[in-house]
Amino acid sequence: MSFLNYLINGISLGSVYAIIALGYTMVYGIAKMLNFAHGDVIMVGGFVVFTMSTRMGLSPVLSVLVSIVICTLLGMTIERIAYKPLRNATSLAVLITAIGVSYFLQNLALIIFGSDIKLFTSVVKVKPLVIADGQITITGETIVTILACMIIMTVLTLFIKKTKAGQAMLAVSEDKGAAELMGVNVNATISLTFAIGSGLAAIAGVLLCSAYPSLNPYTGSMPGIKAFVAAVFGGIGSIPGALIGGILLGVIESLSKSYISSQMADAIVFSVLIIVLLVKPTGLLGKKISEKV
Amino acid sequence: MKKIKLNRDYLITYGMVILFYIIMTILKGTGNLTSLFSGLLVPICVYSILAVSLNLTVGILGELSLGHAGFMCVGAFSSAFFSMCMKDVITNSFVRFLIALLISAFVAAFFGIIIGIPVLRLRGDYLAIVTLAFGEIIKNIVNILYVGRDSDGMHISIKDSISLGLKDDGKVIINGAQGITGTPHDSNFTIGIILLLITLFVVLNFMHSRSGRAVMAIRDNRIAAESIGINISKYKLMAFSISAALAGIAGCLYAHNLSTLNALPKNFGYNMSIMILVYVVLGGIGNIRGSIIAATILTVLPELLRGFSDYRMLIYSVVLIALMLFNASPGAIEFKEKYSIKRLLSKKTKTKEVQ
Amino acid sequence: MALLDVNNLGISFGGLRAVDNFEVHIQKGELYGLIGPNGAGKTTVFNMLTGVYKPTDGIIKLDDKNITGMKTTQINQEGIARTFQNIRLFTKLSVLDNVKAGLHNDYAYSTIAGIFRLPKYYRTEKAMDEKAMELLSVFDLDKEAKLSAGNLPYGKQRKLEIARALATNPKLLLLDEPAAGMNPNETKELMDTIQLIRKKFDMTILLIEHDMKLVSGICERLTVLNFGQVLAQGKTADVLNDPEVIKAYLGE
Repeated sequence: MSFLNYLINGISLGSVYAIIALGYTMVYGIAKMLNFAHGDVIMVGGFVVFTMSTRMGLSPVLSVLVSIVICTLLGMTIERIAYKPLRNATSLAVLITAIGVSYFLQNLALIIFGSDIKLFTSVVKVKPLVIADGQITITGETIVTILACMIIMTVLTLFIKKTKAGQAMLAVSEDKGAAELMGVNVNATISLTFAIGSGLAAIAGVLLCSAYPSLNPYTGSMPGIKAFVAAVFGGIGSIPGALIGGILLGVIESLSKSYISSQMADAIVFSVLIIVLLVKPTGLLGKKISEKV
Repeated sequence: MKKIKLNRDYLITYGMVILFYIIMTILKGTGNLTSLFSGLLVPICVYSILAVSLNLTVGILGELSLGHAGFMCVGAFSSAFFSMCMKDVITNSFVRFLIALLISAFVAAFFGIIIGIPVLRLRGDYLAIVTLAFGEIIKNIVNILYVGRDSDGMHISIKDSISLGLKDDGKVIINGAQGITGTPHDSNFTIGIILLLITLFVVLNFMHSRSGRAVMAIRDNRIAAESIGINISKYKLMAFSISAALAGIAGCLYAHNLSTLNALPKNFGYNMSIMILVYVVLGGIGNIRGSIIAATILTVLPELLRGFSDYRMLIYSVVLIALMLFNASPGAIEFKEKYSIKRLLSKKTKTKEVQ
Repeated sequence: MALLDVNNLGISFGGLRAVDNFEVHIQKGELYGLIGPNGAGKTTVFNMLTGVYKPTDGIIKLDDKNITGMKTTQINQEGIARTFQNIRLFTKLSVLDNVKAGLHNDYAYSTIAGIFRLPKYYRTEKAMDEKAMELLSVFDLDKEAKLSAGNLPYGKQRKLEIARALATNPKLLLLDEPAAGMNPNETKELMDTIQLIRKKFDMTILLIEHDMKLVSGICERLTVLNFGQVLAQGKTADVLNDPEVIKAYLGE
């Protein structure tokens, strides 16, 4: 029965990865850039909720909402100031700038909150679910995380399929120039993508900190990297790919922590990524690219 | 139009490094160098070597690698392990260091080859993430590795030091996350500069040889390079493993400058790989001299900003973003070209060439 | 015996038959043209001849040696060099280095000799420089040798690509639309250059072309490709007067 427990934990962790990976994948699809600062937006989201809910004792729902708004604005601001001027620059230049933004957010948090680990009070007030005579316990955090992930996936897929803005996103990711000629406002679309991705990062931050209640300025970076791995794993640019990649990654991590070695878990996760990419060079659901001669 | 010039460029780069060495040695000799700064001299060499060697992968081969610190890690641990084992056997520190150096280069090159064979088939961002993954795996494995020695020989475990089952005369050499303690302090600034010069020698000569030309041809146009009979995988792998070997040397230099060596995210994780990449990009992709200058400045900068205490890394990040925006954004490039002195002076010749 | 013998060559992409039952026999020293409307499969034929695509069926023989299915690199070493429709130069390398890259296999020295600057390095590099300059002067590019290739004007880039292909010392040179994007004057000049290299290097050339003037001016024999199949084959004048060919080009 412990296997089922580990599996459920893995799916829960994987759901968080999937939500973060969504932000990575959408931004990559549209702006063709690796947004290394994405993981740090998670941390910002966590700190906003920590300050409002844990420190000031405000209502958790309100703090989560404020956190989403702040991260959304933060994402748009970062895009406007740091990435937009580099729209046609080399991808390496954008990558380094994103790293600069990542350092900036980490160090700003370091100055404001210090480097010590903060104990985060979970914002989830759902009772744990005990089944099979107490052999399996599903925490409230797990339930909320998995539900949140499913809802986000559904809403986002509908948004992209059914709305004009969503179609504009697809168009821009396919061909920026052509989309512009067809009257799509490329700048607004990219800005919207960053807004959605960062808003999702805030949600992921809250869920992550609720499940693993410790928070410091570097909290976001490893989950950020892992979510990025998840996005690549599933096929970067693909939304269902982010979901599959995220959940697989979470499950692999959880199972290897439980059955092999907790210190080796990261190495195993990364090895699986390498094997997947060697078999399918563009990830599980990624499109095949070939160069025309 | 830009003319491509060679030999003078070489000499300026070597000269710059030697001049830096002379100035620093004089400052040190006359007591004008703070202890903090003189402690940075070897790291400057380490990071310069890393930056130059990564530039071989990023600038010359044209592939984005985010796992360079992994090769440094392999070089550091293999050489430190050797030196620990041979501390009492080879007493001449120079000879010992020389062998350690060769070991670090070979082991790192070996890892470069076994990682390069699968990885170099991938392109662009996929290659970047896989190299990052490899770097993390290496760091991770080093952290759970326990190696000890007693009269029966070597004992290896990936659990803990007790499961090595050492006899009373045994000694743990690599102690998991605690790493290696007591590596002989065999390196110094002079050795660092010599290694940097050797790195420059290898990279610059490689670039301007038949093999380097093949590598750059592959970078510029893979399909055309194939069409003129250049063996793509061979030369990609060659450049990648030379780059790895040089990173291994940097690791050896690093390890023999510290008494305790352990693989933390800070020194061997992806953060370090990214830091090296920052040196390369700021110094100019493919620009070897630029890599050294950027590595030096960015190693010293956080120390210079020490007066700002907590704010120094924040300032550092802002400087980084500002530099990138100023250097790489299309708007800034246009602005610089429009108002550059060179252009204003050569306006006449320009129009003539265009017609 | 023909230098290039191609029989029953065909390739499918998924369900699409891009080229079917293609054949061509080119004699040594011949200047042969491959023409046809857009999308007829001309470049696909080139890509099969040079190993970029693996043919689904058929046999390609160069100098009586079966080269079907070999890799691009190997095929070049066997003696086929090519240019590309959309120019593919090593843009950041100098003009001279572009040609020297073409000399890669014929003027070899080890990486060790290169790094440690052994005598062999200096000897070989000197010989390479001489050979490359000789080739460049044929194309009137010797004055631009030190410029980076990406900075050359368009017409010269096309020439440099041919020079680089010739540097690999091929038996057969494939030119993919060498006159594309050129004005009539440049085209005329290019025709002269092609004639010149044919004479000077005793080269066998197969070229793809849209420009009818160029084709009728220099090619002895032609193959017309339409919808992936050979429509007509033979002497230039005969082929160009073939009513089927005219129909394919001008429509009904």
